[in-house]
Amino acid sequence: MSLASIPDPNSVLLETRNLTRILPAVVPVTLVEDVSFQVGQSEFIAITGPSGSGKSSLLYLLGLLDRPTRGRIFIDGLETENLSSTDLAQLRLQKIGFVFQFHFLLPEFTALDNVMIPMQKLGKLTSGEQRDRAEGLLSDLGLEDFLHRRPAQLSGGQRQRVAVARALANAPDLILADEPTGSLDSKATEQVFESLQKIVETQKTTIVAVTHDMDLAARMERRIHLVDGRIDYDRKQ
Amino acid sequence: MVLLLRIASTHIRNRMRQTVVSTLGVALGVGFSVAMASLMEGSQRDFMATLIDAIPHVEILDEQRSPAEQPASLVYDAVAYSGLRPKEDLRGIRNPVEALASLRDWVDGNMAQRLTGQAVLRYSGQDLGMTLIGVVPRSELAVSKIGKDMRSGSFRDLDVTSNGLVLGNKAATRLGAELGDTVTLTSANGVAKRFKIVGMFHTGVTSSDEGLAYAPLKAVQILLEKPDVINTIAIKLADIGLANDVAARAERQLGYKAVSWEEANEGLMEAFFVRNIIMYTVVGAILVVAGFGIFNIVSTIVHEKARDIAILKSLGFPEHDIQQIFVLEGLVIGVLGAIAGSILGFALSSYLATIRFEFTTDVEMTQLPIHFSSLHYVIACLLALFSSGIAGFIPARKAARLNPVDIIRGAT
Repeated sequence: MSLASIPDPNSVLLETRNLTRILPAVVPVTLVEDVSFQVGQSEFIAITGPSGSGKSSLLYLLGLLDRPTRGRIFIDGLETENLSSTDLAQLRLQKIGFVFQFHFLLPEFTALDNVMIPMQKLGKLTSGEQRDRAEGLLSDLGLEDFLHRRPAQLSGGQRQRVAVARALANAPDLILADEPTGSLDSKATEQVFESLQKIVETQKTTIVAVTHDMDLAARMERRIHLVDGRIDYDRKQ
Repeated sequence: MVLLLRIASTHIRNRMRQTVVSTLGVALGVGFSVAMASLMEGSQRDFMATLIDAIPHVEILDEQRSPAEQPASLVYDAVAYSGLRPKEDLRGIRNPVEALASLRDWVDGNMAQRLTGQAVLRYSGQDLGMTLIGVVPRSELAVSKIGKDMRSGSFRDLDVTSNGLVLGNKAATRLGAELGDTVTLTSANGVAKRFKIVGMFHTGVTSSDEGLAYAPLKAVQILLEKPDVINTIAIKLADIGLANDVAARAERQLGYKAVSWEEANEGLMEAFFVRNIIMYTVVGAILVVAGFGIFNIVSTIVHEKARDIAILKSLGFPEHDIQQIFVLEGLVIGVLGAIAGSILGFALSSYLATIRFEFTTDVEMTQLPIHFSSLHYVIACLLALFSSGIAGFIPARKAARLNPVDIIRGAT
């Protein structure tokens, strides 16, 4: 790890220590091995690496969707190892937003509903405030004319931007994106990337994105490169 | 909860055909259960009403629960008797006027004294064995339904005709006797007396219509050679629920065996109890079958919505929320089925209540006895909801345990 990649200790949002994930099998498969790094606030980080290098597995661990075999994860200073599945879900709801390669929107609900659902689950805002915020987020992403369309009635780029708006619904500190532009054409890729960049700049949200696209990775301020589940390099760009 | 219910209802709305089929399954289960329960309780109540209407609520008989003690036993503690025979005594309730007066002090209801015995009825060369009941007509009308069963003549005429006789219409038909005819009754002791037919009844029970006759008490006492003796006091209570208490107190007071209608029909009550258990077991079985339909649809939805489950978990929905969504799906179908089933059950019961039967046999039933009770609906709906909840819970538990990472990896 280079010195440049160590954030100010006061602004550390996410920290992993010796994170290891081994899939139990007849011949155990090591997905992630001994990964340690810190992520500060308002960072835009690319996780890169060849196929099978453990990028997505690392992202699921960071998003508390999977539990590590060894090692520890701290989110906003809170150690997650001993938290119950309900506590982890609550932490995800409040602090983490996900964007997947395929939009993963709920198909029966409109774009507006999809963005409002995390807010309804959190229950901090009134229904009017939830609606206003969801409309605002979608408008910011250029989707003001598609609020009441279902995912099937949207293009790939539009769906992915709805997914970004949904990830931002509860104003999380951290957005984890797994190949967010992997299924998009170049124009839609640019739109989604610009949306993410804008979020980092305007909302001071940290984004950790797994990507195969080296051009996009080059435009992010920090890159963590994995090889065989281990960090090959971690540097500011 | 509102959000979970919204997600659940969206899921089942998007599988409308299967939802309708499953809802219909529950509705049919609830509907037929309600109709069956209404019919069975209706028939039970009808039977009980007929029974209670036909018999006294308490009957005091001229017998004791245990044999009377011999006088010597009352004096000596340890005495052995050999060849001892019980005292030959004239059977019957002595001093009936006094006994009735003592009961009237505290019993709230009507009472009638009866003397029942066997006699042979002879008319135009034909003989017919009869059970002859000596009654005080006005009192008898207050405790039995004989007044309603009269087909010709009048029961009250026994009051003004000292040798009047009221008999069943079938007995009269067999003998070829008509109203106003004079017949001869002969007791077991060989005493014969002429009676004039002043009325005929039809109860619908062949044994009564062919073998029962009523006459004034005095005339029967003379015929049976039992002056000032009766062998039954029949009581019709204002409150039927007090029958056991009244019987017990009357027995203590008079020393004669007093039987309540419940004691007299103990076997029947047990049969009804067993019948009700069987009925609700069948109802439960029907609803369990309906539950399989719900299990099927919720399992299918869980399978199809695996990706949505992963999405919801990634958004921060805990396992118990996911479980609740799918339990709610089962319950929503259960509630819809219970509502539709209650309407169906009411419609079926109402229709059954209108069906009329024209029987020509002795047992008269002109329509199906249906009893409408909210309890039937509550029990059927609760069973349906329980069945739906279980049917939803099993796949819901599976859904809650799905690993989102496996699903996301599978999708990508």
